[in-house]
Amino acid sequence: MAPLPLHTAGPYVAAAYIAFFVIVLVYVAIMAAKLVRSEQALSELTEQVKRGRQGRAGEEDGR
Amino acid sequence: MYGKGLRPLSLITAASFALTLAAVFFWAPNDAYLGFLQKIFYVHVPLAILTLVGFVAGGLMAIAHLRTRDRRWDMRSYVAIHISLIFGVATLITGSIWARGAWGHWWVWNDPTLVSFLLVMLLYATYQPLRFAIEDPERQARYASVFAITAGAFVPINFIIVRLAPGYVHPRTLGNINGNLPGRMQVVFYLAMVSAALLWFTLWRFELTAKHVAAQMRHLRGLLGEDADPAPVRRSAAPSLTHAGNVG
Repeated sequence: MAPLPLHTAGPYVAAAYIAFFVIVLVYVAIMAAKLVRSEQALSELTEQVKRGRQGRAGEEDGR
Repeated sequence: MYGKGLRPLSLITAASFALTLAAVFFWAPNDAYLGFLQKIFYVHVPLAILTLVGFVAGGLMAIAHLRTRDRRWDMRSYVAIHISLIFGVATLITGSIWARGAWGHWWVWNDPTLVSFLLVMLLYATYQPLRFAIEDPERQARYASVFAITAGAFVPINFIIVRLAPGYVHPRTLGNINGNLPGRMQVVFYLAMVSAALLWFTLWRFELTAKHVAAQMRHLRGLLGEDADPAPVRRSAAPSLTHAGNVG
């Protein structure tokens, strides 16, 4: 049997490589979304620590 | 620190993939029988091998968890199996596309290689539901480790049995009869193997870092007193590293 000509085999090869890269990209995108959520949570915690420090400083000044 | 060295690792992985793709399409010769279609081999076979090796690695990490009772090993095992499942799905998709081009069918049910790989994938597809079904984190980690070890032991046994099978359509990659690759094809195949291994390791480290950061965040919230009226812990298939000893 002769090998498939390039114009017939090409789409299959392209589809296989594209499928692989899409799967990896989707995974990375999901992980990136989780990273953004972690970053937001970190910002909230930083704000909370700052507010706590300001509150404590205010209490000490009051005394 | 899981994130340490992740950036250079990612860059090395990306460079390795670029080099592999260039070698696959511009340096490796076309196959005499399959022609250009054989290029799928360089993505499909490394993914399949890494899937199976990843499942076995998950089992070894689970052994470390049961021996040490350190929940970080459960996390490593969980992430290894998760990444391997993703690689497995990519293997099935690229394999089906190749089969359609080469044999004219998306799937061949009478081939032991294909069916056994599907069986392994279906077995591991139950891993996450199993974890999700168990609420207590300690029991979840223990049972998941037992599953990972049992299933991890099944993978090489299954592989050997398939190699010994007399009738198959799927070609053998290395060794056995007519399985050896000629010169440049073999070099490119090993290059593709290294790239796929680097990708697996990078994604494993990436996910471990993300999970570790999330766990540290939860721990920090607890230290800041947010758990005076704590919200109920959401049930999850993913391991929880909520104890201070596991987070740090």
